[in-house]
Amino acid sequence: MSELNILIGKKWKKPPFIQRVWLRWLLIMGFFAYLIAAYMTIDVNWARVYEGLERGKQFVLAFTSPDFASRSTDIWGGMFESIVMTVAASVVGITISIPIALGAARNVAPLPVYLICRSIIAISRALQEIIVAILLVAIFGFGPLAGFITLSFATIGFLSKLLAEDIESMDRVQAEAIKASGARWTQWINYGVQPQVMPRLIGLSMYRLDINFRESAILGLVGAGGIGATLNTAFDRYEYDTAAAILLIIIVIVMALEYLSGVIRARVQ
Amino acid sequence: MLRLEKLVKTYKTGDMALKAVDLVVPQGQVMALIGPSGAGKSTLIRCINRLVEPTSGQVHLGEVELTGLSSGALRRERRRMGMIFQEYALVERLSVMENVLSGRLGYVGFWRSFLRRFPQSDVDEAFRLLDRVGLAHMADKRADELSGGQRQRVGICRALIQNPALLLVDEPTASLDPKTSRQIMRLICELCKERELAAIINIHDVALAQMFVQRVIGLRLGAVEFDGAPEGLTPDVLTSIYGEEDWEATIEKVDDDEVAAE
Repeated sequence: MSELNILIGKKWKKPPFIQRVWLRWLLIMGFFAYLIAAYMTIDVNWARVYEGLERGKQFVLAFTSPDFASRSTDIWGGMFESIVMTVAASVVGITISIPIALGAARNVAPLPVYLICRSIIAISRALQEIIVAILLVAIFGFGPLAGFITLSFATIGFLSKLLAEDIESMDRVQAEAIKASGARWTQWINYGVQPQVMPRLIGLSMYRLDINFRESAILGLVGAGGIGATLNTAFDRYEYDTAAAILLIIIVIVMALEYLSGVIRARVQ
Repeated sequence: MLRLEKLVKTYKTGDMALKAVDLVVPQGQVMALIGPSGAGKSTLIRCINRLVEPTSGQVHLGEVELTGLSSGALRRERRRMGMIFQEYALVERLSVMENVLSGRLGYVGFWRSFLRRFPQSDVDEAFRLLDRVGLAHMADKRADELSGGQRQRVGICRALIQNPALLLVDEPTASLDPKTSRQIMRLICELCKERELAAIINIHDVALAQMFVQRVIGLRLGAVEFDGAPEGLTPDVLTSIYGEEDWEATIEKVDDDEVAAE
């Protein structure tokens, strides 16, 4: 009773995340000191910015008069190449990702398989697309083959990791019930695991298709084919109106993919 | 039919979930397993079909000793043990029919099951079972569209289509209302009688267990504390299983229930 009397009338506050007062304030002060120091190292050449504004203005104004016509063969050729690259890389990448995701889920795979699959994912994620593309262009030469392989490789790291995490967080009991019926491993995956992760797999695949298309525009800058090559040429020639046309097409396609993935995900819930 | 010998399960954390449990269940006997949370009821059931690996001891199902089986042989033996789960454990995004037919997975090959082309006899049996529990018209509904009681009935069909010799039932009524709970228990007991199945029913509700089963095992801290007819559950016995509490109300309620049920 006396214990309660002490508590009554006292203010209650949520206990702080970091208990030690000096440590808490040290971290807060350190954060702001770092922030100020970091900003002071940024060196802005205002005269250069003033000159650049003019070029920026031209670039933005080009969007009001995009030129689809004068380089139309290059644009459509590049666009076609990008789409082929995207679709092929997504299909191949997703197909390879699924077994790797199963191997990288600790509740489905034994430890040695798990470690191998996790290493594959780590390697794929550690190597940035541009670096892989530069390497592959050096090996296979300029063109969409390098881009296709780069995107497939990047898809594996992305999709396997996220799918494996979904498999790991599935409802264990549903899968256990299938196991208890005497199902083999493959049947167990097909009946107990696959239905649970299917919506996520479809959603992630659509999202990756979207990313692959946008990446294909970047990969052209390092010579790995696709619309990026056309875009790069347009910039090099200061043909901002053609560049604007290409960017607008990319934006439209990405938005269409976004809409499509929304529709599909609503269907598979 | 089922014989457990000195079954021990020690978890990696060092918890002794089962301490040398000996148990014999003859054919056709429906047995309730009661005891407080953490007494090892779920572990015991799962050690029988090795969803949980027992640490030592033996499990004999008929002539076969289960604990030493290779994974292939274990799979074949699991077909003879139907399991019914707490919270139903249906695969929610599969249809009712797929859930029921998943009980046949141990009997059909991968491609057949992958393409959902089960033998006609399996499909017929699935419809017969669904009709028996009053859900034949629901066959193509998705499992997550069903109510709790309906889901558990699908779970019962899935266990029975295995054509098992033994039913392992883990808290079948844990998330059901009192009326549905009784219907489900009655259904399980009737079906066991029709098919001369032995069953181990792990259950929290002592009164419900007393209403339906022929034999009760009381488990406490991983050891058998009581083994006998449901009438033998006196306040003293319940105290020895669960600890001190006023048990008169529980037992009296049983009598009222039985009158009401008739």
